[in-house]
Amino acid sequence: MSSSRLARLDAYYDSGERGFPELDELLLLWRYRGLVWELMVRDIKVRYKRSVLGIAWTMLAPLLNMVALTLVFSALLKQQIKNYPAFFMLGSMYWAMFATGTSFAASQTHDANELAKRIFLPRSVFVVSAAGVALVNLVLSIVPLVVILVATRFTFKATSWFLPIAVVLLVAFTLGIAFFIFTLASRFTDIREMYLVLVQTWFFITPIVYAPSIVPGRFRFVLWLNPHYFLLQTFRTPVYDGMLPPRLVILFSAAIAFGTLAAGWSFFCRRIQDYAFRS
Amino acid sequence: MIHFENVSIRYRVPRGGSRSLKEHMIRRLANRLAFDEFAALKSVSFDVADGENVGVIGRNGAGKSTMFKAICRVVRPSDGRVVVRGRLAPLLELGLGMNAELTGRENVLLQGALMGFSRGAMQERLPSIAEFSELAQFLDAPMRTYSTGMVARLAFSVATDVDPDILLVDEALAVGDERFQAKCRDRMAGFREMGKTVMLVSHSLGHIRETCSRVLWLDQGRLVSDGPMDVVAEAYHEWSGQEAEDASAFAERRELPGRRDIGEVSETRGTAAGIGP
Repeated sequence: MSSSRLARLDAYYDSGERGFPELDELLLLWRYRGLVWELMVRDIKVRYKRSVLGIAWTMLAPLLNMVALTLVFSALLKQQIKNYPAFFMLGSMYWAMFATGTSFAASQTHDANELAKRIFLPRSVFVVSAAGVALVNLVLSIVPLVVILVATRFTFKATSWFLPIAVVLLVAFTLGIAFFIFTLASRFTDIREMYLVLVQTWFFITPIVYAPSIVPGRFRFVLWLNPHYFLLQTFRTPVYDGMLPPRLVILFSAAIAFGTLAAGWSFFCRRIQDYAFRS
Repeated sequence: MIHFENVSIRYRVPRGGSRSLKEHMIRRLANRLAFDEFAALKSVSFDVADGENVGVIGRNGAGKSTMFKAICRVVRPSDGRVVVRGRLAPLLELGLGMNAELTGRENVLLQGALMGFSRGAMQERLPSIAEFSELAQFLDAPMRTYSTGMVARLAFSVATDVDPDILLVDEALAVGDERFQAKCRDRMAGFREMGKTVMLVSHSLGHIRETCSRVLWLDQGRLVSDGPMDVVAEAYHEWSGQEAEDASAFAERRELPGRRDIGEVSETRGTAAGIGP
């Protein structure tokens, strides 16, 4: 049934026909997958159009960041983390994907909704393309990561090949949160600003620049309440520690990631039309 | 085929106009959260058969745009039912979503994607788009170097280089210099000759008179009249003349600059920087 629905999406429309909003939006997103690609191309091209170094910035920026933070934190933090550059690079790649993916989606609400009020298109394309751009940046930052790992004489372990699975979980979680934020930001204009503050705070309560072991025992529960704690572990451990994270951590990460995606998708599909038209 | 069955469309507008969560919470606490409901269409019914040419008239805020938005499923009816059979090409706001930093070619691909076409399909169409718009030698220059007329020409060429069954046209579209406007009109006439369904919206009767055999007249969200061109045109003409007199008399008496229309939620036309970077 759904394939025939996809086939006649363009040529037949009946407002009285209501299926599941989640399924309808998914079919439309597939139908408009070309637009997701074009939006990604647009955003990447426009960002680097007038800069001399172009896309190389994507790889240089995290390198410079890492050097500065390594200097600061190895002097400041008393704890010794072996190969801090590698530790930090992995954490920062993880965070950049999540933070830019979600906040970029939030920053597009206005333009996306104005556009969708005038021509028919599924609004989910804007969220997916925002996460897509962040994913492209993540993949590109593998280059500086490898540079650092080689420069610090890091020994690669086969468990590094677990990284793609961890990325899938990270993308799912990012999309889930992005769908929530996009929907809410369509309803209230100040959500975006609030979210940027939240992301800042979230960065510091997540063990990205520090090791979880420096958190005093009585505050350890804060880590356990933070979904990023588990997802980051799944992402960093296979490369940095050269071993797979505990099976429970992987399962928990997957449950968080796909649960958030399902909830965010459903919330988005059921609310976006109503919210976007209240302005 | 377009079928409207008792279609009503209502918008909920928060009173006071604010959209921030802070304001929302303050008002909720103060128990002053209120919405104005604004009916843009009120129980409108009509049918348009394949191959018909129908004009839609009415002044600002009559519900013309909302009606078109309901046809191209941007807005869902609050009540009633809309059925549309056939591939739709809405020529409502040209250049929407174009980006000034991208080249003409890149913008064509983006526009195509916004209309649901694949990259490959658009690349095949590029030559004919370049030819019609007469912009072949500028296609690789960034859009910010284009004049307004050039942007409009490219946008029109992309939007009409399709093979739809139903064409929705906003008359305010006539773009470019006189020669290009004539070219636009020819292309529209071509669509009609091929037996496509065309719906044309306008504030005035001028263009509609030449091209449409049937007219829908909307006022304040209601379908006032639906009939053959001559009959509706005459009634509308008489009524709008009368209205204009009343309005100017009223404005003079109250020293008001004119009527504020809240009907058409967005009358802004697309620009080169439709969606920013």
